Amino acid sequence: MDAILLQILNGLDKGSAYALIALGLTLIFGTLGVVNFAHGALFMIGAFCAVTIQRLLNLSHEVIDETQTDFLGNPLKVKVPYLQDWFGESMGSALQDWSVPLAILFAIPVMLVVGYVMERGLIKHFYKRPHADQILVTFGLAIVLQEIVKFYYGANPIQTPAPEALSGVAQVLPGVVYPVWRIVYFCFAAAIIAGVFAFLQFTTFGMVVRAGMADRETVGLLGIDIDKRFTFMFGLAAAVAGLAGVMYGPINAPNYHMGMDFLVLSFVVVVVGGMGSLPGAVLAGFLLGILESFASTTWATTTLPGINQIIIYLVAIIILLTRPRGLMGRKGVMED
Amino acid sequence: MSTSKFTRRGVLKTGAVAGAGLALPTIFTSRANAYVNEPTGDTVTLGFNVPQSGPYADEGADELRAFELAVEHLNGEGDGGMMNTFSMKNLKGNGILGKKVAFVTGDTQTKSDAARASAKSMIEKDGAVMISGGSSSGVAVAVQGLCQEAGVIFMAGLTHSNDTTGKDKKANGFRHFFDAYMSGAALAPVLANEYGKERRAYHLTADYTWGWTQQESIQASTEALGWETVENVLTPLAATDFSSYIAPVLNSGADVLVLNHYGGNMVNSLTNAVQFGLRDKQVNGKNFEIVVPLYSELMAKGAGENIKGILGSCNWQWSLQDEGTKAFVKSFGTKYGFPPSQAAHTCYVQTLLYADAVERAGTFEPCAVVAALEGDGSSLDGIDSASNSGLVFDGLGNGKTLYRAADHQCFKDVLVTKGKENPTSEFDLLEVVEVTPVDQVWYEPDHPMFAGGDLGTCNNGV
Repeated sequence: MDAILLQILNGLDKGSAYALIALGLTLIFGTLGVVNFAHGALFMIGAFCAVTIQRLLNLSHEVIDETQTDFLGNPLKVKVPYLQDWFGESMGSALQDWSVPLAILFAIPVMLVVGYVMERGLIKHFYKRPHADQILVTFGLAIVLQEIVKFYYGANPIQTPAPEALSGVAQVLPGVVYPVWRIVYFCFAAAIIAGVFAFLQFTTFGMVVRAGMADRETVGLLGIDIDKRFTFMFGLAAAVAGLAGVMYGPINAPNYHMGMDFLVLSFVVVVVGGMGSLPGAVLAGFLLGILESFASTTWATTTLPGINQIIIYLVAIIILLTRPRGLMGRKGVMED
Repeated sequence: MSTSKFTRRGVLKTGAVAGAGLALPTIFTSRANAYVNEPTGDTVTLGFNVPQSGPYADEGADELRAFELAVEHLNGEGDGGMMNTFSMKNLKGNGILGKKVAFVTGDTQTKSDAARASAKSMIEKDGAVMISGGSSSGVAVAVQGLCQEAGVIFMAGLTHSNDTTGKDKKANGFRHFFDAYMSGAALAPVLANEYGKERRAYHLTADYTWGWTQQESIQASTEALGWETVENVLTPLAATDFSSYIAPVLNSGADVLVLNHYGGNMVNSLTNAVQFGLRDKQVNGKNFEIVVPLYSELMAKGAGENIKGILGSCNWQWSLQDEGTKAFVKSFGTKYGFPPSQAAHTCYVQTLLYADAVERAGTFEPCAVVAALEGDGSSLDGIDSASNSGLVFDGLGNGKTLYRAADHQCFKDVLVTKGKENPTSEFDLLEVVEVTPVDQVWYEPDHPMFAGGDLGTCNNGV
């Protein structure tokens, strides 16, 4: 029973990442009709926002310690962080320790700008082009972004640890422990998803966007600049992916390839959920996350070797054979 | 009226196809020279095939730095590095056989097909007489096979699978790096000393040639000492989150987790294991332990704090105090500002060993070089075996080393290392806890883990 609970929790965690990325993908597809293969790169950029903040908070000056030597036998240069000079050792260390949560404040404006520039600078020129063109150009963009990050940060994973207070494990049931940060990640994802739905459901801006998603021309005829709102939605989708990346860093160390690792699976999630359906993307994200988690158990991998590697695609095939529009897909989407 | 089936267009088409067919596999056809890519000018070209993109790109970058340094030293530039400590005294800093050394590079992308394509291009278009590089056993096995067919020498870089000099060994291929069997043989006694002989181990294993042979080796070595293997679960190479694989460990009754993972896989699986509190757990009345059989400095850097106190094995470490290591670290550290990784070390050494063999052979002809690398039948002290025969050298950082003629595998001391608890700098991540003497990691060429395959005969490519 404990093992089942643990796998459900694991599935919810994995599902959180899938759902957040798929939510952003669906927002972009639903509003602009663009299949954005650079969305995984946005997730990766978010994670590297955390890396950047961590590096900024760790900026140091060197002090020569004559009592020790470095690897070449020269006096050792010890790095002393500026934060500890300015705020004292305990406050400076605390700020360094909370680099990931602090990175959220940095990532929101950065991702909004990245999304805005990406949409205005490139994507808008492909609105009326076939989906194949959109896929090619966004995939190319993803590779460019990935290579830029690799050039500046290297190919090795970079640890972005969670704050000490949110590290370690929590007892979720008697005898069952689970990492605190993963619980935080799930709660954070749930809050973001709820926030996006609330924004679309309960604000005038969201209402207009939903109307534009249903009938763009009519909304335009009412004198509303729907393009501007859709551009904002692109930025919002980028911010959602970026925040998913920031918070994911302490779970798995950020590396330049992490966006590609998630991209294909997230597209499967979107298709299973139903292209253009926001609730579908979230539902499919959690569903596939949990299924993948159970397929990775010792029992599953021994009974059906390789099931852990194919489960998501197997489920996608079954769902698409029985429900071609996915779990909650809308009629007409991708059918023209 | 006579008719002919020959048309102008048909003849042109047939001619073009036949011409293309004859021209395409030029590396497998004879030339005017005595062997493939016989250097005729003032230079000789070496091909360095490393991952310049993909998940092992940082490791590839370090290998490339070492190759460049080796070429510099061979050409008489810089301080000469390990050429000064190498027991063979044939390298004079005037290139190889008086020819200046040039090099070309390729990107393996850590994919076998890409690696073969770039190696083929370096052989066919750039005239490389030797290919070196690595970072994945799958890639090494693929490129070694290509070099055998093409008739050039392959001096493997980082590759740890038993298969490289086991079932997939080739006469034209040579490996300086240690292998998974040696990891197990060196590590198991240390594990038994540190954690006791009654342990229950749970293995997570990367699902490809290196992972399989690594797991098999560690399981055999630890079971021989009394450990029990609870389970071995294969994990996809593309996996990034290992939490679903870690969770079952908690209720398996195991008190040791062995991570047969490398590179980014290892960084993520170790991080996940630490997150789940495995290192703070007690099972069967013992502290739960994690073991990472194969370490690299770059992996240790990626794993950060999580690596502290964790045992593994290494081919070489920059903090060794022999003269060869000191010379190499000084040379590399002065040029690049940080110490070299074990991947860099093995690539540098392989380049010197190749150059030395050519000097001794007096020719670049691959079969003559193979014979020179197979040595004069000298052997290591203290090992009573008919297969203890080949080329013995010293001064390249691992003490006295044998390039065994029977399978082209190097035998030398193996390091057992531990993640340092209190590192003094960002480079000071691993400490050597044991230097396992070579006789303890020795095995015969027909050992079951290396059985099958055939070294075959060398190929000059003509």
